Order: sequence, then structure tokens, then C-alpha cells
Amino acid sequence: MDVVKAVLEKHQKELDKYKPISVEKHLECRLDVGTLLITDPNDFDDRQLKENREEYLAALTRDNTQLLVNAIWELSTERVDESIVAKLPEPTTILPRLRKVPGPRPLTKWEKFAKEKGIVKKKKDKKTYDETLDKWVPTYGFKRAEAEKEKEWVMEVPQNVDPNTDMFQKKMDLRNEKVAKNEIQRMKNIVRARKIDMPRSGYLGPEAASSNQLLTALTVAKSSTASVGKFQDKLPKEKEARGLGIKELIPGAKRKASHITDQPEKEANLDLIKSVLNKKPKLDVEKAISMQKRDDRLAREAEAGQQPAKKGSKKGGGKGSRKAVGKKPKGNRGQRAPGKKLQTGRKRR
Amino acid sequence: MSLLRIRKPKTRKGKKVLLAREPQLIESARTMLFLDGRKCGGNVKLCMKDLQQLKKPLVKVLNRKNDITPFDDPTSLEFLTMKNDSALFTFGSTSKKRPDNIVLGRVFENEVLDMFELGIKRYQAIAEFKNEKIGTCVKPCLVFNGPKWAQSEELRRLRNLFIDTFQREKVDSIRLQGIEHVISFTVTDDLNILMRSYKILLKKSGQKTPRIELEEIGPSADFSIRRTKIASEDLYKLARKQPKTQNKSKKKNITLDSLGNTKGRVHLGKQQTGSIQTRRVKALRKTPEEKKANRQAKKVALKAAAQEALSS
Repeated sequence: MDVVKAVLEKHQKELDKYKPISVEKHLECRLDVGTLLITDPNDFDDRQLKENREEYLAALTRDNTQLLVNAIWELSTERVDESIVAKLPEPTTILPRLRKVPGPRPLTKWEKFAKEKGIVKKKKDKKTYDETLDKWVPTYGFKRAEAEKEKEWVMEVPQNVDPNTDMFQKKMDLRNEKVAKNEIQRMKNIVRARKIDMPRSGYLGPEAASSNQLLTALTVAKSSTASVGKFQDKLPKEKEARGLGIKELIPGAKRKASHITDQPEKEANLDLIKSVLNKKPKLDVEKAISMQKRDDRLAREAEAGQQPAKKGSKKGGGKGSRKAVGKKPKGNRGQRAPGKKLQTGRKRR
Repeated sequence: MSLLRIRKPKTRKGKKVLLAREPQLIESARTMLFLDGRKCGGNVKLCMKDLQQLKKPLVKVLNRKNDITPFDDPTSLEFLTMKNDSALFTFGSTSKKRPDNIVLGRVFENEVLDMFELGIKRYQAIAEFKNEKIGTCVKPCLVFNGPKWAQSEELRRLRNLFIDTFQREKVDSIRLQGIEHVISFTVTDDLNILMRSYKILLKKSGQKTPRIELEEIGPSADFSIRRTKIASEDLYKLARKQPKTQNKSKKKNITLDSLGNTKGRVHLGKQQTGSIQTRRVKALRKTPEEKKANRQAKKVALKAAAQEALSS
């Protein structure tokens, strides 16, 4: 027993050499070890605070820091790179965020539609077999355009278009238009997602609008007439807005305005007539053959017996002879011209 | 629907900047923007300099004078914080009406959440204390003394703002020897805030936990609260809403033994004895005929696949 007592006494003596680490507090302090924070709700000693403020504050802070350090030293430790590291718990003090917590990405218009209809995206094969090229061709991406170029090295000009049109250029234009449309739809999706109420186009206010935007607004406004702005006056050196997505803003800009041209009216009409009159009929081989056959047959029949052939020819011309009879009766709807006598036709009673 | 107001980034860097301004699940450390008012000198300037030193490197300092009155019209202040992607701001100014004025605040969704105007009554800069200083980037302990801190909503918010300002980054572990700085905030009965900063000295105590002694290193300041603007209860609640924590899947095959060493178990997979490189013998090599036959077979198979793809 003496040994135990001696050891305990020795320990106590050793402890007495040092200052204590325990702190007495009237009310318990609130600790947040995760943020290394301590809040002391105890009242101050007013006299001390007035008389020797600095010492009092230092002592108070020391006591509170000692409490915090005691709590930290009780945490589980780990040795990392020759230093002892304590694992901190999650902080209990919640600080505000800089921005809202992001929610799920809103669906695009197509995604919403597809979800409603239950359309599921089918995965395409990376390569498809091309019959004309007799090899496997990438469906998209690297070397797809090359393969397409190889396949479509020549393009036919259809009969109903100008023979001088560049079909390759036309194809490229079509593609560019698709890209522009897609861009517009993408932007619309963003606007919809942000739930911004915006004018379709036009003046966005002096702070918001740039010169380009103002120009676009002007172009759109000028084209908002019945004739798509064809007859609006222009200032000298006035520019028109150009670029992706501007034509989409102008109603009817993509429609061909056939009746509105720069040409004088008379000339335009003459052109129209000329285009009709100079139209070459399409050569329908089968029809041509059948017509030829009919002619041959008629000729043969005429040679065989003259009378039936005459009858047949009369019958055949019946339709054409109606023209000589005169105008189609108007069934009491036409205007009468009492003085005028019909020159030809059946006498009606 | 105008497409004109949605800004499309023109460069890759611009795209990155715009992406960084969008809401993020896990936000980066909160930086502080330092702004000068119309007139900013003396104690205010010293105080801002010291704050910058305490908060380095999470600071953004703007050196020009700004004609801003945060309590009357905070729009340009909000713009500047947005532009510099900072969550906190300090605005220093001095005038006849409000001498030595410092405005501490923070933003949420590009709008001022709360701000406090503090008047500096007495200031002692870090440079005035002639003793050994602490290193940079030290996470300080924060001590709030006084019963008043929890008694009014304004002071609770101010305490939260002080924590936000001085706690640096959120960390999950700390080096025990690295606890060497403590900042104390004391609110007195006449609503003055006494800010003191001490260096922690770890002394022997005969036990595992050391005994603490403090040495004042500055800055030391007495503030009085002037004007305040705090967020409404709803907005404050919204701003403090935290994202749902993702369930972290437990890492498999990692164990910790009693000595504190981490041990991992690695799965190697089945050994492919068939394809192991062994000695090359001429007799086992393929003849040119065999190679050709192999190629033919491959071609036929490909054709067949193509036919099938076309027919289906």
C-alpha cells in the first residue's frame, strides 16, 4: 500500500508543478468543435471589466480557449506525415450559402413531350452498312462527313429547278438552316428553364440592349407589315440585321414572297407568262407510246374500211367541236345583252 | 421570347466563368471582397489591411475609391461582389457623420443578405504589437464572450457573420500543433464589440491535454454597432438550406489495424493461363495458308453481318 500511496503522491506533486487545465464555469459553454467555436453565455465581472479590461478579457478568453482545446484533444487522432491530426466532427453552426441549392435540370420541350408520349430514345449503332459504298460507315462523328462525300460525289439537278443551281450549295444551306433552328430552340429552352418572361423580340431597354440587339429589333419592327416590310422606306446606308436566328424572328421572312418583287409589275407579269408559255411539256414515254399506238391503229382501220373509220373520226373529234358551238349556258346567271344576238349555237326554245 | 438577352460565352474561359457563377452543390471557400468608400483612411484602412492579412488568400482587394452608400443603394456593391465571385464584403469609409466606418456583409443570390455598420472606436493594428506572429492560413479558434450574443436576433446574425468571416475554410481534420490562433469577440452591456486576437501557447500540464497560455498579437479593436440590415426570416432560412448529402457508399476492402495503419485488399482476377506468353517455338507458329484462311473466314463473317443488318 505504501508503494501505491507514494506513487500517487508523486503524481500529485508533479501535477502541482503545472497550472491546472480544468475551468470552472457557472453556465455551461456551447461548443462547436467542427468550426473551432465556443460561445460563453456567462455574465461578466463588471468591476474587473471596467478597471483592467485587457487582462480580464485575456483571462476570460484563455479559460474559454482551454475548454475548446480540452474538447479538441479528446477527439480521435491520426498520425499523418509525422504530425498528429485530430478528426473534427461536422460543424453544427450552419452558414448561409452563396447561391441556392441547385435543383434538377428542367426538361427541354422535346424531352417533356417525349416523356408524355412515352418515347424512348433508341440507340443507333455506331456504324451502319452502306450498300452503295459496300462498307461499314460511321453513323455520326469522326469520318462520317467524309463517307457521305464519297457517297454523294455527284448530285442530280431536278427538272423543275434552274439547271444552273449548285445542289451541293443547296444542301449545305439546308444544313445551316437546321443548325440555326436548333440553336434557336436551344435558347428557347434556356429561357423557358429560367422562367423569364420576355418579349419575343424588340426593345429591351436602354441598359440591356446592345447596338446589335437594337438593329435586330429595328429590322423585325420594319418587317412587321402586311407585305413583310417590302415597301418600308430606308435611310441612306441603313444596315439590316444579319446572323443566326434573325430570320426566324421575322414572321413570313422564310416564305417566298412571290407577288412582291423589285421588278415593275408589267415586266413581272410578262415573265410569268413567258415562263408558262415556254414550259416544255414533260416527256412521258408511256403516254407517248400509247398515243403512237392509237394513231397507228386509226390509220390501219382507215385503210381497212372507210365508212367505220369516218364514224370513228367524227366521234373522236366530238369533244373538240364543242368549242365551235359557243359559250357554255350560264343557267340564268349571266347578264343579258338584249341587243346582241348570239352568232352561233343551237336555237333554244 | 427573346434570345438576345441570354448571353452565350464566346471563349472557353468565359464559359468557365459563367459556369462558376451558376448554383453549385458544393460551394468553394467564401472569399471576401474589400472595397474603399469615397474617403477611406486612418484606422479604417489599417483595419482593412489587417483583415486582409487574417483572411489571406481568400480575399479580393479593390483599390479604387467607390462612390457607394451600401445602406442606401447596394446595387453597385452587389454587382461588384457578383463580378468578383465573392460571398462576403467589407466596405470601409470615413466621413464627418460616420467617422471610421466599416461595413461587413454577405450576399446571397447576388443580393445583400445582411450587413452591419461598425464604427471603430479604438484600433490597434497587428504592426503595433511587437512580438512573434503566427503563420498564414491558420484556422483560428473563435470565442464569443457575453450573454448578449444569443439574446437578440441582430446579434445572433452578427455572430454568424463573424464566424463566416473568420472561420476560413471548413476542414475535416486539424493538426493539433496548428491550433495557434484565437480571436475573441466580447459584447458588452452598452453593445460595444471588443475584438481581440491572441496567439496560443501550448504549455505542459502533466497530462495529455496541454495548458493554454495566450499572448496578444493584434489586431485589437473596439467597435460600436451603427446601422444594420438583416435578412427576413424566410430569406435567411432559404439561404441556410443545405443540399441533401449524397449517401457515400462504404469503401470496400479497406481496413484499419490497431496500430492505425490502413490496409487494402486487392482483387487480381482470374489468371489467364491460355494467353500467357511462353517460349516461342517454330512448330507452333501459324503458316501463311492458315493465316489466309483465317482472314477469309473473318471477311465472310463480316459480309454475313452486313446482310443481316440490311435485312433486319
